Amino acid sequence: MFKKILIANRGEIACRVIKSAKRMGIKTVAVYSDADRHALHVKMADEAVYIGASPAAQSYIVIDKILDAVRQTGAEAVHPGYGFLSENRVFAAALEAIGVVFIGPPSPAIEAMGDKITSKKIAQEANVSTVPGHMGLIADADEAVKIATKVGYPVMIKASAGGGGKGMRIAWNDAEAREGFQSSKNEAAASFGDDRIFIEKFVTQPRHIEIQVLADSHGNCVYLHERECSIQRRNQKVIEEAPSSFLDPATRKAMGEQACALARAVGYTSAGTVEFIVDDKRNFYFLEMNTRLQVEHPVTELITGIDLVEQMIRVANGEKLPFTQDDLKINGWAMESRLYAEDPYRKFLPSIGRLSRYRPPVEGPTVTGGIVRNDTGVFEGGEISMYYDPMIAKLCTWAPTRTQAIEEMRTALDTFEVEGIGHNLPFVAAVMDHPRFVSGAITTAFIEEEYPDGFKGATLDEALLRRVAAAAAAMNRVAEIRRTRISGTMDNHERKVGDHWVVSLQGQSYPVIVAADRDGSTISFADGAPHRVTSDWTPGGHLARISVDGEPLVMKVGKIPSGFRLRLRGADLKVLVRTPRQAELGALMLEKVAPDTSRFLLCPMPGLIVNIAVEVGQEVQEGQALATVEAMKMENILKAERTAVVKSIKAKAGSSLRVDDVIMEFE
Amino acid sequence: MKDILQELEDRRAIARAGGGERRVQAQHGKGKLTARERIELLLDEDSFEELDMFVRHRCTDFGMEQDRPAGDGVVTGWGTVNGRMVYVFSQDFTVFGGSLSETHAQKICKIMDMAMQNGAPVIGMNDSGGARIQEGVASLAGYAEVFQRNIMASGVVPQISLIMGPCAGGAVYSPAMTDFIFMVKDSSYMFVTGPDVVKTVTNEVVTAEELGGASTHTKKSSVADGAFENDVEALYEIRRLIDFLPMSNRDRAPTRPFFDAPDRIEPSLDTLIPANPNQPYDMKELIQKVADEGDFFEIQKDFAANIITGFIRLEGQSVGVVANQPMVLAGCLDIDSSRKAARFVRFCDAFEIPILTLVDVPGFLPGTSQEFGGVIKHGAKLLFAYGEATVPKVTVITRKAYGGAYDVMSSKHLRGDFNYAWPTAEIAVMGAKGAVEILYRAELADKDKIAARTKDYEDRFANPFVAAEKGFIDEVIAPRSTRRRVARAFASLRGKQLKNPWKKHDNIPL
Repeated sequence: MFKKILIANRGEIACRVIKSAKRMGIKTVAVYSDADRHALHVKMADEAVYIGASPAAQSYIVIDKILDAVRQTGAEAVHPGYGFLSENRVFAAALEAIGVVFIGPPSPAIEAMGDKITSKKIAQEANVSTVPGHMGLIADADEAVKIATKVGYPVMIKASAGGGGKGMRIAWNDAEAREGFQSSKNEAAASFGDDRIFIEKFVTQPRHIEIQVLADSHGNCVYLHERECSIQRRNQKVIEEAPSSFLDPATRKAMGEQACALARAVGYTSAGTVEFIVDDKRNFYFLEMNTRLQVEHPVTELITGIDLVEQMIRVANGEKLPFTQDDLKINGWAMESRLYAEDPYRKFLPSIGRLSRYRPPVEGPTVTGGIVRNDTGVFEGGEISMYYDPMIAKLCTWAPTRTQAIEEMRTALDTFEVEGIGHNLPFVAAVMDHPRFVSGAITTAFIEEEYPDGFKGATLDEALLRRVAAAAAAMNRVAEIRRTRISGTMDNHERKVGDHWVVSLQGQSYPVIVAADRDGSTISFADGAPHRVTSDWTPGGHLARISVDGEPLVMKVGKIPSGFRLRLRGADLKVLVRTPRQAELGALMLEKVAPDTSRFLLCPMPGLIVNIAVEVGQEVQEGQALATVEAMKMENILKAERTAVVKSIKAKAGSSLRVDDVIMEFE
Repeated sequence: MKDILQELEDRRAIARAGGGERRVQAQHGKGKLTARERIELLLDEDSFEELDMFVRHRCTDFGMEQDRPAGDGVVTGWGTVNGRMVYVFSQDFTVFGGSLSETHAQKICKIMDMAMQNGAPVIGMNDSGGARIQEGVASLAGYAEVFQRNIMASGVVPQISLIMGPCAGGAVYSPAMTDFIFMVKDSSYMFVTGPDVVKTVTNEVVTAEELGGASTHTKKSSVADGAFENDVEALYEIRRLIDFLPMSNRDRAPTRPFFDAPDRIEPSLDTLIPANPNQPYDMKELIQKVADEGDFFEIQKDFAANIITGFIRLEGQSVGVVANQPMVLAGCLDIDSSRKAARFVRFCDAFEIPILTLVDVPGFLPGTSQEFGGVIKHGAKLLFAYGEATVPKVTVITRKAYGGAYDVMSSKHLRGDFNYAWPTAEIAVMGAKGAVEILYRAELADKDKIAARTKDYEDRFANPFVAAEKGFIDEVIAPRSTRRRVARAFASLRGKQLKNPWKKHDNIPL
């Protein structure tokens, strides 16, 4: 076995690989850029080598720098993680040339599968079912429109070298095809240094289901079943699970066998993933093969009990797979939520900065019989930098059934504290409570269909709302009693905290009577049975674990005047707990109207203006592109929300703007 | 007997009705509460003891003798806030527009005299059209009587003004002399002369809101210390503020039970200071992570944000915090921030509230506008305030402490009790680049040489150890342990006794 390996990556995946290597007794070498000087993966590794400036193009994807680090540390093998150099055949070949093992597939296999056009041809030859489309390269936007028309709208425009949603657009008409072609090309050039684009039929109502394969260098290839990755936003996976609730054993077997056939056809070794689009009749089409470890591999590990990183290392070391297809059973159900530094209340725009608070749930077995696993590369006080993928963590739960795995995920999300930056945790939590998601009737359009106007926070049902109200009333009593225990009170004239309160939340007001005793309190509503509340919450506590009628309730707690900000299940509630008189007088207060910002185009995220597409005095139509802002390597096109005339333009290409800076004003 | 009791109840009912149903509705229609409703929300339930309910004005001019409502437009008395005594007055806009008459003023003076004698804060809720014009000079005399008491009470009992409606003309000078002014957004304004007079005299066209609304006074003029969304929120937050304040200068800063370990370690503070010395960070994170339960009541949040002032608790006891904010103007001192912090420091010192100072200051802001504006004297205010303060003073330098600003920010030399520094602290006359440009002017042409000199200067001074060698820094502490170290420092200072020499009063550079 190798004595030392280098991980040519950063963030959670570098940490993930280090963990397995450590368990196997292998020394690890991390590499880091300026921005990652204090990163977690650097702390976890036995050695760390500085490889350059923060932009990945000057550090993590510079082959020579990685090779230098390998030479310098004497690492015998390199794990590339995902992204960066993981699917770069030149890199794999360069390692080979200096006698260092690439922990991944052989470079010809990377090459064959790395190009989406070539891979599709090979798949067809290996009798793998594929999607109709245009396989050649496309010269310009005019040709793109011509091809799109021939294939038939809708079409998918993709960067040949792309992945993870970058350089990918869906077009429903000529105008969108033209615009999509150009922006895909730009993004592809910026992200991958390869601006080749191709177009294929976009399968509607599709599910994204992928097969994990694992092959050794002794001719053995197995599939570790599927992962359902249909919950995507702009082609970026958000929630994954294994197995899929949609596949039947026959389809699973057919997909698995085709995936293995493809792997064999290219002489594949190591872990790889064959992605399929599956339509509502369980027809499946080959999409692409990812010749690396996938982001969402933990769900497969949770249902199979196999450490994929360990197997990759063993295969790279020339070992035989220790199991056969028949050994690979599906055990239980696993869910993964990708927590991104993307603000769901601001159209999921990237949010960078310091994690002033980061407290993930406890990993390992839960009291309810599940398992929590959290793969992360950050820590409290760490930074989400603008240079890399905005992922904070991959939170996974396992349980014997899908329903239970979802329930475990809800609790884990409610317990997970992330402050300092905007993040999608509330959104993911809301999806976990969404009836359609719970039913399993999902497609890759789930988010667009269910949240067409974006995400504004979840709404809690009446029963849960009452439990939250009861909890808030009990918490308020604790806080108010503490206030009366201040020094300097008038003897014999201390304040007595009353029993009658009005709890207002989510547009509802509940008059309650709080009866406290030694062990907790009983909260009576005007109707229905009283709620019994016990908790060890004390004022200032960030997380309240409260038992209401014996059922646990976990909430994040903040203080606001006359009450609390409570966050749970994707809802962000302003909860007022007031005396009846306070509530009565509070009702007299006027609703204030927020200032009208619709006359302005505000910069929705910190970023760089790439271009301004309009001029002063120009009339713009709803949906017309106004400006492009680049943040987190993504080009975000800002479009007009209504027809208007541009009055003035405050920013220019190259300006670096903050959130809510004015880009232009309309008349 | 029964009739007499009935008469009392009838008279009370009339007094409580204020200006009558119609005017009360008008008040409510503007989203404003009545004088009595405000008192109800400010004080503990059923704790209000009213005084002078039956006082009537004595004016006989302009037919005023026909209209003599009980109470005369102001409700006064005392009550408790979380069981601690406070005196209150609340002007009743429904009675003569809350205008101030001689008797109205006498009612306010009475409770102010009692507050000073008995040692309890005075909370004024202002909602008044101004002087009672019918009374002429008697009304002006009334104002002056109140002013004189504001002056006498200053530094004796905390005085808080809550502007909940108009407050114009001479009336503004009573709140102006209290310790804190808070306003209600959109329904209150303060100015010496109103928009009509402004237009006549200067031809400026300006609305009342622009001239003296909450936004103007919290952001531009710094007359107000904070603003709230509405009456209910304002009164709730004033209760919260009172919990931080002692009852009088005979009292100690209050304590209350706390649920936060004094030895709580915050590893994340080790990475608060960015690697790049020119990159800002949010000082509020440090304040919140040091404070009990993260609870921070900020004063003058929207003005001179390059310095942060406000109250926290440590081990349950109130502590005033002054902190440079690197996020705004790099945290430099200037005219506005010096004035803001000086006034806050003096309040804390007057009322025995210990002061925690968090320092990351690159110096004073340069420029003609600062020099012409008198930054010398304004900066001196903060220096003076720190130097004369005898309360426990603990200072933590997190990063820069350059030049004269180092001295000003509660340095050891100004009788700082505990002066701590993080290992990231740089205590020097100025930044390395500037220093080298002066010291090695002859070598400026040689870039390599200058770079080497800069590095030498950095190595020598870009750390807290030179100051620590001299004892100017008592201890270099780990950022993560800041709460524990600071809490223990204040704990050790509970018995502090320090007196300034006798003087009639000092002569702070106003």
